[in-house]
Amino acid sequence: MKQEILLGDEAVALGAIHAGLSGAYSYPGTPASEIMEYLIRHSDGGKNYVASWAVNEKVAFEEALGTSFAGKRAMVSMKHVGLNVAADPFMNSAITGANGGLIVVVADDPGMHSSQNEQDSRYYAQFGQIFCFEPSNHQEAYDLTREAFEISEKFGVPVMVRMVTRLAHSRSGVQPRPAKEQNPIKYGKGKEWILLPVNARRQFKILVEKQKELVRASDDSDFNVLSLNEKNTSLGVIASGIACNYVYENYKKTEERPSILKVSSYPLPEKKVDILVQHADTILIVEEGYPFIEKSLTGMFGIHGKFVKGKLTGHLPMTGELSPAAVRQALDLAPLEKREIGDFQLAGRPPQLCQGCGHRDTYDALNKALESYAHSHVFSDIGCYTLGALPPYNAIESCVCMGASVGMAKGGAEAGVFPSVAVIGDSTFAHSGLTPLLDAATVDTNMTVLILDNATVAMTGGQPTFASGEKLVRTIEGIGVAKDHIRTIIPLPKNLEENTRIIKEEIDHSGLSVIIAARECVQQARKKRS
Amino acid sequence: MRPAGPKEEELDKMKQDIILSGVGGQGILSIAFVIDNAALKEGLSFKQAEVHGMAQRGGAVQSHLRLSSDSIFSDLVPQGEADMILSVEPLETLRYLDYLAPDGVIVASSSPFVNIPNYPELDEVISRIKAVERSILIDSEALAKEAGFARAQNMVMLGAASPFLILKEESLRDYIRVLFEPRGEKVVDVNLKAYQLGRDAAIQQQQKM
Repeated sequence: MKQEILLGDEAVALGAIHAGLSGAYSYPGTPASEIMEYLIRHSDGGKNYVASWAVNEKVAFEEALGTSFAGKRAMVSMKHVGLNVAADPFMNSAITGANGGLIVVVADDPGMHSSQNEQDSRYYAQFGQIFCFEPSNHQEAYDLTREAFEISEKFGVPVMVRMVTRLAHSRSGVQPRPAKEQNPIKYGKGKEWILLPVNARRQFKILVEKQKELVRASDDSDFNVLSLNEKNTSLGVIASGIACNYVYENYKKTEERPSILKVSSYPLPEKKVDILVQHADTILIVEEGYPFIEKSLTGMFGIHGKFVKGKLTGHLPMTGELSPAAVRQALDLAPLEKREIGDFQLAGRPPQLCQGCGHRDTYDALNKALESYAHSHVFSDIGCYTLGALPPYNAIESCVCMGASVGMAKGGAEAGVFPSVAVIGDSTFAHSGLTPLLDAATVDTNMTVLILDNATVAMTGGQPTFASGEKLVRTIEGIGVAKDHIRTIIPLPKNLEENTRIIKEEIDHSGLSVIIAARECVQQARKKRS
Repeated sequence: MRPAGPKEEELDKMKQDIILSGVGGQGILSIAFVIDNAALKEGLSFKQAEVHGMAQRGGAVQSHLRLSSDSIFSDLVPQGEADMILSVEPLETLRYLDYLAPDGVIVASSSPFVNIPNYPELDEVISRIKAVERSILIDSEALAKEAGFARAQNMVMLGAASPFLILKEESLRDYIRVLFEPRGEKVVDVNLKAYQLGRDAAIQQQQKM
């Protein structure tokens, strides 16, 4: 088979296809979106396997779980914060166990390139007591995804594949291997899947008892590579995933390297860790994300007679992304010579709303409408329109998590905020805005919700949405918002005055209003034309 | 695993680390596509870290592109080790100066993309680039227009970088063709012309370097 040029995300997708994938589900989110995009492109319209965007990560997870129940191989992929949304089925899938292989791909975003936090998904894997792989390069992303299905079916547990932005969005050559057939249908057993306490207690015990076997599987895995340098007993390094690359990068000659344990799976390979720790006096832990391995090793009291260093000891930064230079310093190597820009002020170039984007016109109208109020608060949400936080708009005051704008506007209104405005996109609304709007409609909260309907998931590259146009209007009616206070505006410069008036009217209405600002995303319109 | 290509000894110690930079929407990923594919064809290993998501909306974007006859570990180029900064925009060149190796080369566009209110004095930006011993400045806007397509500045800059790349010219031209073929023969020709104009301009400056 020919080598292929793939993004790390795409290598995961191809690994899953070649492992005999039957069903894959996801919700778009940087840096994980390209996994599903690749799967959809290669599914031959669903003839090869099912590859589908879901309305949110929880739904995606449950769809994958249903596929696993049927004995078939399933994958669900998402960005790190997506797993918060899917945490309920995630935790409980560890209790039911996997029937067909079930893989949870979570792409973490250390450095917050396109996210609101840098939570480390390895804690979720540990929390659920499941197995987790952490690839360090593209070939491993492919190989370990295939291997993950084997482990999942062997031990009957879901397996996490933890990616990070740098690998997800880096391209390299990958050597694929011949594909496996898909599993035949084989139903799950009720006593495993009906999590009534009587069954759940037994299932949980089974999961706990599996833990020793999972540790053994890690120790047996060839992907956890222990290389001892017999001449150097002063320093030993434990490095996981792409962090290990930064260690290798800093030694031009292999023989100069200290002893290194490259960690690619969790629970940690205890025997291999023990050999390394016994071999060296000082242990440096290098990992992308939180100090997960470091804390596992040192606990509260450290390791007697050894010096363990890493993020907790300040030898590596606790926040942000690692780099070859940061790791170089922790390895006590002389820094590389680099040029300085001197006194020159490098003007920043933040991202901004596209020229001609309808969100610009919505914010122009909203800002104008709010001018006449002494106080106001605009709760916003996750999407392109979050860029309304930046000049020249400075139009929003919050952005927390998917759907938070609506719930926060209700809570704010009930605490006395007026006007209390929520701004949310059509896809984010379908993902997590429906349920809080149902709350607000039930008690007719005095707040105004602006749904910016551009008919796509724009920020992540234009994936399809579930509630746009007429369907969106009918959904809002169905939730119980008064028909007279569901208004639609077309955000164009020529409509500025009319739109401002409509927004003001609905703010002044004492009760719940929903204004839909409907205009196609300019990027999508451009794609359609070309 | 590396595919069959030139013999091991021919490739001895071939390595090139490049920082590609520009503004979201200027097409630096198209430059990367051509270089990646040319590298694979010539039997080199490569890694190319790129930016997706939020920054693509008119913000500063960069891509770390590493080519080697050997294994490549880090997806990121270490600061102080880049053999080249290839930038489609002058200010975006300076943003990554700390990555450039002492003997590294800058191949930069002199045509500013002004979408921020506090864009520095262009003369100052240009003179800072010129202060680097090995630097080439290309009026990519004028050359792209000359080629017949204002948006082909990225291919002008790829052409300008080509005399310095460890890749065969023929491979680069092949993958420009592959990249633009779906959009018709005319688009291919215009982009190849942009590439050639950039290359000629760089060679002219290189002789004076």
